[in-house]
Amino acid sequence: MDALKVILLLAWRNLWRNHRRTIIMVTAITTGAWAMIFMTALMRGMVNDMIRDGLRALPGHVQVHHPDYRSDPSVTNRLHVDVAEIDAAFAAAGIERYSVRVRVPAIISSERESRGVTLVGIDPRSERRIGAVGGDIVLGHDLEGPEDGGVIIGRSLADKLETEIGKRVVLMSQDPDNEVADRGFRVVGLFAANLAAQEEMFVFAGRETLQQMLGIPGQASEVAIVGDDYRDVAAVTAAVRRALGDEDEVLPWQELDEYLGTMLSVMDGFVLVWVVVIFLALSFGLVNTLVMAVFERVREIGLMLALGMRPSSILGQIIIESLLLLVLGLLIGNALAFLSVIPLSDGIDISIVAEGMEMFGAASTLYPELIMSDVIMANVVVLVLGFFASLSPAWRASRYEPVEAITKV
Amino acid sequence: MTAVRCIDLCKTYRQGDQDIKALDHVTLDIGDGGFVCLSAPSGGGKTTLLNAIGGLDLPDSGEVWVAGERIDRLSKGELAERRLHNIGFVFQAYNLIPVLTAKENVEFVMQVQGVPAADRAAKSLAILDEVGLKGLEDRRPAEMSGGQQQRVAVARAIVSRPALVLADEPTANLDSKTADELMELFVLLNETHGTTFVIATHDKRVMAYAKRLIKMLDGRIVDDIAQGSS
Repeated sequence: MDALKVILLLAWRNLWRNHRRTIIMVTAITTGAWAMIFMTALMRGMVNDMIRDGLRALPGHVQVHHPDYRSDPSVTNRLHVDVAEIDAAFAAAGIERYSVRVRVPAIISSERESRGVTLVGIDPRSERRIGAVGGDIVLGHDLEGPEDGGVIIGRSLADKLETEIGKRVVLMSQDPDNEVADRGFRVVGLFAANLAAQEEMFVFAGRETLQQMLGIPGQASEVAIVGDDYRDVAAVTAAVRRALGDEDEVLPWQELDEYLGTMLSVMDGFVLVWVVVIFLALSFGLVNTLVMAVFERVREIGLMLALGMRPSSILGQIIIESLLLLVLGLLIGNALAFLSVIPLSDGIDISIVAEGMEMFGAASTLYPELIMSDVIMANVVVLVLGFFASLSPAWRASRYEPVEAITKV
Repeated sequence: MTAVRCIDLCKTYRQGDQDIKALDHVTLDIGDGGFVCLSAPSGGGKTTLLNAIGGLDLPDSGEVWVAGERIDRLSKGELAERRLHNIGFVFQAYNLIPVLTAKENVEFVMQVQGVPAADRAAKSLAILDEVGLKGLEDRRPAEMSGGQQQRVAVARAIVSRPALVLADEPTANLDSKTADELMELFVLLNETHGTTFVIATHDKRVMAYAKRLIKMLDGRIVDDIAQGSS
């Protein structure tokens, strides 16, 4: 313990023998740590925005479908359980934030145009509970209930169909017997989305109205469940599987939307690569500083060995010097990163590049997001790699022959 | 009891194309409480012999025994351990650790030995007083004269009461008054604590303090003279 104290004392004092060199190195580590954490927060903010937007299109961190529904989303591939059974099972399991939908491919026709769309029959109250379409209605109003006879369409689709609020459209799909099922609806609201493609793809109608049109009373094709955090859906997925059994397919959003899921994985990998690249740049300075510090003290190291300090203690001293430098730089860098992110919690206006960002589904305001696991990873990577970078100079110092080192001029 | 025993030590260095025999079949016994000077011209082998006795350098052949233990076959770590606990070193250049104060330098060996802090502090203050450095405990080496630094080095060497102190040209950088004071301190420690001193020197005044003078030339012992202490 005392030996460790003397090693720590020597390491700390040796750091400040050359103030200038230490300050430059600490500044470099501080800048690196700040850049790692701040830039990661920006990237996280951007990706979170993209993923949340993607999930908002048809919310549900976890969704339940007929096993064949994803390859053939027709009304034939309905859920094995009906709406009443789902409500009862979820009530028993304590799952509250969910919505049961009918979702089928359809053709929408106005007086002038026809388009292929995804027709979604919803209960607007349960959709609102999971944070869905109601909040994005820019003109008109939301559906009033599952029995509502109106439809909500995207702003862009309305333009394409040359229709507007109050006008009638006809929606046509297939019933379970492959017969044409159609019905006239009045447009009651227009919704907006970040991507025009989403505005053109989805049409929302009352679930019961649609069940009636398709001849599937009380039945549905999709259940969407929302958890507390889109990153951690394993528990929700397991709870839904327990509640509904094995007949239908219960999948988390990463598997339902592989693009979004992959984007999150890529982002995680990118953060690690980013942190490692910054560290590699830093490591040259760190190793150089340590090598210089060792070269300057060859005699002193020889003396300590001659007086009976073990080579392992010399190794420890140089490594501790390196870790002290890193810890000092990381502490300041972390503090600066937090201080930089907090004032930006209201978002950074990036509307100047908004059009480009929209291509990727990102919004024109960027909300940096500090995630503890990213901060911890950046710090751990720097400390662990810093430890390895310092091994070479430390090893060299510990291998000195005391009699040669002590006579070095 | 024998403090140091060297049997047929040989050590050859290569310098350019030449092989230089630093130790040439050296055999030597030094008893406990001895006060021995190794005298030789530069390159005569005295520092090499001192380093071999201290386990800082290994001979090419022969045996080195210190306090009844053969040390020339020990590992680096074991040698470090023996130096830490059994041997005090005083080198020609002052060789203090520049970032530590006089007191911390003196405490260094004890700290590595694991001596409790209170004990360390008491011993280091007492020894600094003994070598005449009271009041300079908190000075760093750069703030002290050459003589003062060498006294700190001596204090460090003797503070944990090693059985053997090896000193290599300890007075080389000191004025005559300071050199005399240092040698008187060595004699005092030898007489009061029974510490064995082996001092490599070519300073005749230092040799005059020795109870035994061993003269070396070209790596060989050429004379071994018992002297009365001054």
